[in-house]
Amino acid sequence: MQSRGSTKWHPRGSQILVCVCCTAAAFADPAPPLSPTNIFAPASTPAKSIFGLSLFVLAVTGAIFLIVFTLLLYSVVKFRKRKSDDGREPPQVYGSNQVELAWTIIPILIVLALFMATARVIASVQKQARLDNAIEVVAIGHQFWWEYRYPGFGVVTANELHVPVSDDHHPTPTFIKLLSADTDHSFWVPRLAGKTDLIPNHPNSMWIDPHEAGVYLGQCAQYCGTQHAKMLLRVYVQPRADFDRWIQGQRQSATESSAASQGQRIFETTSCIKCHTVAGTVANGHFGPDLTHLMSRETIAAGAAKNTPENLRQWILNPDAIKPGSLMPAMQLSDQDLDALTAYLGTLR
Amino acid sequence: MSTESMAWPSTTAESRPFIDQLHEWATTVDHKRLGILYIVYALVFLVIGGIEATVIRIQLIRPHNNFVSPQVFNRMFTMHGTTMIFFVVMPVLFGFANYLIPLMIGARDMAFPRLNAFSFWMTAFGGLLLYFSLVGANGLYGAGNAPDVGWFAYAPLTSQTFSLGHSTDFWTLALLVSGFGSIGTAINIVATILCLRCPGMTLAKMPLFAWLNLVMAGLVILAVSPLTAAQIMLLLDRYLGAHFFDTQAGGSAVIWMHFFWIFGHPEVYVLVLPAFAFASEIIPVFSRKPIFGYPVMVGATVAIGFISMSVWAHHMFTVGMGATVNTFFVISTMAIAVPTGIKIFNWLATMWGGKIEFKTPMLFCIAFLFQFLVAGLTGVMMSAAPFDWQLGNSYFVVAHFHYVIVGGILFTLFAAFYYWFPKMSGKMYSERLGKLHFWLFLIGFHLTFDFMHIPGLLGMPRRIYTYEPGRGWDTWNLIVTVGVFFQAAGILVFLGNLIWSYYRGETAGDDPWDAWTLEWSTNSPPPAYNFASIPEVKSRRPLWDLKHTDDPDWKYE
Repeated sequence: MQSRGSTKWHPRGSQILVCVCCTAAAFADPAPPLSPTNIFAPASTPAKSIFGLSLFVLAVTGAIFLIVFTLLLYSVVKFRKRKSDDGREPPQVYGSNQVELAWTIIPILIVLALFMATARVIASVQKQARLDNAIEVVAIGHQFWWEYRYPGFGVVTANELHVPVSDDHHPTPTFIKLLSADTDHSFWVPRLAGKTDLIPNHPNSMWIDPHEAGVYLGQCAQYCGTQHAKMLLRVYVQPRADFDRWIQGQRQSATESSAASQGQRIFETTSCIKCHTVAGTVANGHFGPDLTHLMSRETIAAGAAKNTPENLRQWILNPDAIKPGSLMPAMQLSDQDLDALTAYLGTLR
Repeated sequence: MSTESMAWPSTTAESRPFIDQLHEWATTVDHKRLGILYIVYALVFLVIGGIEATVIRIQLIRPHNNFVSPQVFNRMFTMHGTTMIFFVVMPVLFGFANYLIPLMIGARDMAFPRLNAFSFWMTAFGGLLLYFSLVGANGLYGAGNAPDVGWFAYAPLTSQTFSLGHSTDFWTLALLVSGFGSIGTAINIVATILCLRCPGMTLAKMPLFAWLNLVMAGLVILAVSPLTAAQIMLLLDRYLGAHFFDTQAGGSAVIWMHFFWIFGHPEVYVLVLPAFAFASEIIPVFSRKPIFGYPVMVGATVAIGFISMSVWAHHMFTVGMGATVNTFFVISTMAIAVPTGIKIFNWLATMWGGKIEFKTPMLFCIAFLFQFLVAGLTGVMMSAAPFDWQLGNSYFVVAHFHYVIVGGILFTLFAAFYYWFPKMSGKMYSERLGKLHFWLFLIGFHLTFDFMHIPGLLGMPRRIYTYEPGRGWDTWNLIVTVGVFFQAAGILVFLGNLIWSYYRGETAGDDPWDAWTLEWSTNSPPPAYNFASIPEVKSRRPLWDLKHTDDPDWKYE
């Protein structure tokens, strides 16, 4: 991970651009991360290319800011009307072609430099060829959750994306095809890559190659309806062996458990199965998240709550209490049925 | 009728029955009265839009706050954006253009006075229609419902599938109706400037104010038309089964984005060119020097007008347009920084060597220069498409465009209010209250919008009604919200100053700033016919020539 030297706070901190430059430098060290979603703490090649470009752009715009700011400040102070003013008009100057030419040509040159640096990064990120051993994922945006499909492995899951670590010796980038089932969404995990929109009828793609294991956070970045705010993204980057083990687990069908048979009966005789799939049972709905391996996830409701029995029970009882505007209806079950159902869901490992 | 309107605004107007005065205002075709109607109308909506912003910021003051529900929050940001763009900034700019252009070019009225009145009332009706959604949108269901699709209303969120009831229809019709008003006023401004200039005022001798508004009006005609077309298509989609944007039936969400932004980006320049116009009139007067590089300023304005039509898709760098298209919009967007930079340098050079007087209008203009510099540079950052893949749709963008619209446009608007208030009312505003307003608003603005950049850099997307703790966003959001209260206090002082000064202010005189353009040669407030005899000009600063017969401008221009 890169660490930029200077974290000094310059005295003209009230001006935002200096702020931005300093913070950019200060934020670049993720050691105690300022934020798990800091765009200046990249952990994957696309995010790193953007970070490199952004430092160059910040340096250029920062320099322009300092120069023009100083000139403005100087002229405002120096040419203020003095108390001792004689009341006469100052010399009337109408213009000068030489200086006009200078401050036309210099900005043009700066713009050209910025443009060329930018064009290079656009090409390097957008024209990246797919490696043969790349992991392929289809991400489908729904109001207000994420569906992930791994066509190569026959795995379907929701809300928590698992990908392998990619290092220089064994590059295994993940290519993500982005689709939408309803409205526009945007996939944004700042430390891994810039955002790309999920638009119905308009398939998009992006790629990431995280260099370090860990959980990377993000969230939907295109307003998609009432619960846009709680459409959170979690990307689990795992060493290859762990990732393979996870894939193996996700390929299994649900195991029957006699202890939870009452809950299973409730699940299968109410409208749950209209929207949810539990592989190996009659539940094969596609409107909501696949629940076959619900217990392998750390969160429910697209990251809005921790996956605990209490939260799960609350969620089934009244989703609006956790995520108002969510499309899951309150199930109107008795306490007894609710307990049984929660117990059944607890067996879906 | 004509004798009556000629009497306005002499003191006898005060003694007429209220109903008569109201009737006169409602039926007026006088450009000055319509200008004031536009301005007052916009001020009312400024307060409404400001209240909406305050609700948004209170909700975001801390993570997992429950001040309003997500449904209400989504309506608030939709109404805030729509109101501020279409029913505050555009009308107030049209108001100043209406009031000032005929006076500045030595005309007695706009070219089409009746079209002028029609346009104002269309805009006014549009705003009322938008807010009628609060009681009317759900119709039979009883409770009202404001639009909640965001001010750029991306498809397919606006389709009947995702937007039930009529809130989206109110939004669509409000913009459609006010759009007709905008186009009418734009045609009027172009015709007035091209046809009604007084003798001697060639295009090269017009005040920059007129030039900037000419280009602005041209952009309105080009930009609002596609928006109007898109609104009609959306209505067809929703009610007649057309499938332009209906993705479930094979329509294209991306086409809506193109339609919206080919309006939306020129619209930014529609708003900012009049702001430049105010700065270009006020900075010279308070620096006691003519504008530096007038021909270059005109050229830069026209260049901005043309380039601004080719940059719209920089709002769409994340929708998957492909590397080639992205690259094109990078260079076109960066190109617009050049003429804009030239303008900043020319204003700087205008102050250079002058004798700067820090009256309230000039204070606002100086703050504008610093803030617009920052706004321009954050714009350059986002024109680098890959950087925009991170910054786009984050709070960084929200901070950036508020730097443009508040730090740039609203600051010059305040300057314009103070600068021309003596002309419009005949009274001088209170300089003390003006400065109090300036400092309150400056502090509030910087607390809010400087610190708003940072959560964006830390990954906070816009349009979320709440956020998770532990993302490093909490402190910044708190500071941002605190700034809002300083801004609100500033606005109250401003409105108080206008009202108090209108009734109690000192008489201003015809030319309180010792200024140089034609509006200062007539009475304050000007009579209905503006000028007793149509003036004749020889230079860009006709009043300078009058005041300095020994050293007139026309010898040098």
